[in-house]
Amino acid sequence: MALITYRDALNQALREELRRDPTVFLMGEEVGVYQGAYKVSKGLLQEFGPQRIVDTPITEEGFAGVGVGAAMAGLRPIIEMMTWNFSLVAIDQIVNGAAKMLYMSGGQFKIPMVFRGPGGAAHQLAAQHSQSLEAWYASVPGLKVVAPSTPYDAKGLLKSAIRDDDPVIFMEGETLYGSKGEVPDEEYTIPLGVTDVKRRGTDVTVVAWSKMVTVALKAAETLAAEGISCEVIDPRTLRPLDDGPILESVRKTNRCVILEEGWPYAGVSAQIAYQVQQGAFGDLDAPIARVTGLDVPMPYAKNLEHMVMPSPARLIAAVREVLYLD
Amino acid sequence: MASRVVMPKLSDTMEEGRILRWLKHEGDTIETGQALAEVETDKATVEMEAYTSGTIRKLISTEGQFVKVGDLIAIIGAPGEDVSALLPAAGAPAPAAEMTPSAAPAPAAAAQAPQAAPSPAAGPPAATGRSLKASPLALRMAAEAGLDLGRLQGTGPQGRVIKRDIEAALAQAPAAAPASQPAPQRARSLSLVAARESGPESQDVELSPVRRTIAKRLVQSKGPVPHFYLTIDVAMDRVWDAYKALRDQKSSISINDIIVKAAALALRQHPEINASFAGDHVKVYSRVHIGMAVALEDGLITPVLRDADLKPLEEISEEARSLAERARAKKLQPNEYTGATFSISNLGMMGIEEFSAIINPPEAAILAVGAVRQVPVIVDGAVTVGWRMKATLSVDHRVADGAAGARFLQTLRKFLEHPLLMA
Repeated sequence: MALITYRDALNQALREELRRDPTVFLMGEEVGVYQGAYKVSKGLLQEFGPQRIVDTPITEEGFAGVGVGAAMAGLRPIIEMMTWNFSLVAIDQIVNGAAKMLYMSGGQFKIPMVFRGPGGAAHQLAAQHSQSLEAWYASVPGLKVVAPSTPYDAKGLLKSAIRDDDPVIFMEGETLYGSKGEVPDEEYTIPLGVTDVKRRGTDVTVVAWSKMVTVALKAAETLAAEGISCEVIDPRTLRPLDDGPILESVRKTNRCVILEEGWPYAGVSAQIAYQVQQGAFGDLDAPIARVTGLDVPMPYAKNLEHMVMPSPARLIAAVREVLYLD
Repeated sequence: MASRVVMPKLSDTMEEGRILRWLKHEGDTIETGQALAEVETDKATVEMEAYTSGTIRKLISTEGQFVKVGDLIAIIGAPGEDVSALLPAAGAPAPAAEMTPSAAPAPAAAAQAPQAAPSPAAGPPAATGRSLKASPLALRMAAEAGLDLGRLQGTGPQGRVIKRDIEAALAQAPAAAPASQPAPQRARSLSLVAARESGPESQDVELSPVRRTIAKRLVQSKGPVPHFYLTIDVAMDRVWDAYKALRDQKSSISINDIIVKAAALALRQHPEINASFAGDHVKVYSRVHIGMAVALEDGLITPVLRDADLKPLEEISEEARSLAERARAKKLQPNEYTGATFSISNLGMMGIEEFSAIINPPEAAILAVGAVRQVPVIVDGAVTVGWRMKATLSVDHRVADGAAGARFLQTLRKFLEHPLLMA
């Protein structure tokens, strides 16, 4: 086991899959000569050459569409969005092209491609560059949506996403790139659609993904000092959602708090809350609580940005509420 | 028999109708199918027909008024019949009197402004998750433990009963353990009970159109449970002999215990009586749990003898005595007086010859047992002395008819007149 960063774990996954399958190629802004805006594609141009590591102009809709065409023609494109905020100009290619092609061609064209890049807020990038768009893409039939929280998950899931025959939205956490974790030396993959338990506990079920797992684990640590035991569950794949382990946990703890960086209205946490009340209604001792980003465009001011983002303090308050402690 | 006339749903999308004109006046007679009023719906103006014949006793809605589908608009009955019970409660303002929230008396306003239609405020306040009185988990735990939620003080927000309240209640009153009961004798009935516990609790039998109509009609006559009564005369000579013999053997088995056993076995043969009416279907229970009415100083309670059809007499007797003693001492656990599928009320020991009991909902029947008494009886054309007992079965007519009740009573009589058949 090596202790490596989330960025390097993704780099390893890309490198291994580019080596493994000659139809895989990476395309996006600054992925080649510049080595990636976040250095995720570092060294790939040198190893695989400009045919397979393709720098593009600033034309998200254009190269997303080229990717869909390449996938229809039999290649396995990986399309990097410099950040997911920029995917909004390419969303027609993703939603109306990639997601629907298999269906509209009567099964003739599979779209084995990955759209990947960082999502969520970093620090003071303001309203247009701080968005968590997983709820947008998770609502679309035909897409799979993955949002890993650790280097281990990031590598194993990206390899599976590249090998998957359907279009996968792969959302990396921008502030997670430098986080470190243990990754096996030998090759491994993690199947899409399998929920993971990040911390065992007995008193309350906390569901979180991507960098919100960090927030959840931090809050769990604080609560443990008060004698409250949190079970932290990471679905890792938001569509299709593996809700079995979540329900199993709620049946044990009788309470559930869901953490989501994005907006509250029609969020992924709302969907999970729905599934929990459907599947474990008779086991709930308190209404399901959600802790989400606030329902506003992200402010630029640092103090306001902190207020908008879900924090350990807000999560702790919600946990105490579902435990009827205040 | 007076009936209520309500605003009918005259189109698929109709939610309210406006009485344009009454075509009959109070005191007029009307036949089924005759036009009663002109009603304007969301689609058209139509004549509304009477569904029953009689005299118009009361026109409740005024012309021009909007009325919600299902709300009372008139009463049809016999002349002189007391219809006050069908009128809207005195305290509640009649729909016609619905005015602006400012209590300003503006009598003309209502008539002139018919668009001031049904006030949405009439419904209950919008429920939120916070207004629940118990968490789903607490509800389930209470049901499983046989706890009466209403008796618990919730400690959650707005008095919500939550898991810790149930746990506290269970800790306070640990299920009264049937302390050191003689075991071996029980083994057989216990294994039978266990076998039945693993099966379905009940079976839902769909209502036939005829039964649906019977259910609806009879509730109108005597509601909400339409009773009928069947009385049977039972020769108790053999039961009396058996009882005396048992008493001589120092057994404490009573005549009532024998009746409980006989009724339980008869129910097994007539499951249609061991049932509940459940709105659109009849629930036929798989198990026979007999509630036995026990008089208290200030009322009565019916502790439940579970699986009475499976238990030997001695066990029934022992359990019945223990339940009755604890009932009088008010020490019953809630699960000991809930869940009966049939009840027996015995006033024989108080000298009552025969009586009719009121059904204990949601059960479908109750057996009222009179005194076992010595009477002259005719056997082979000669008058002789015999022991007789009258038992009256009250039955929910929505669930079963007279013949079904009669067949149950015949089986009961067979068991009591030939007690060895129960062995």
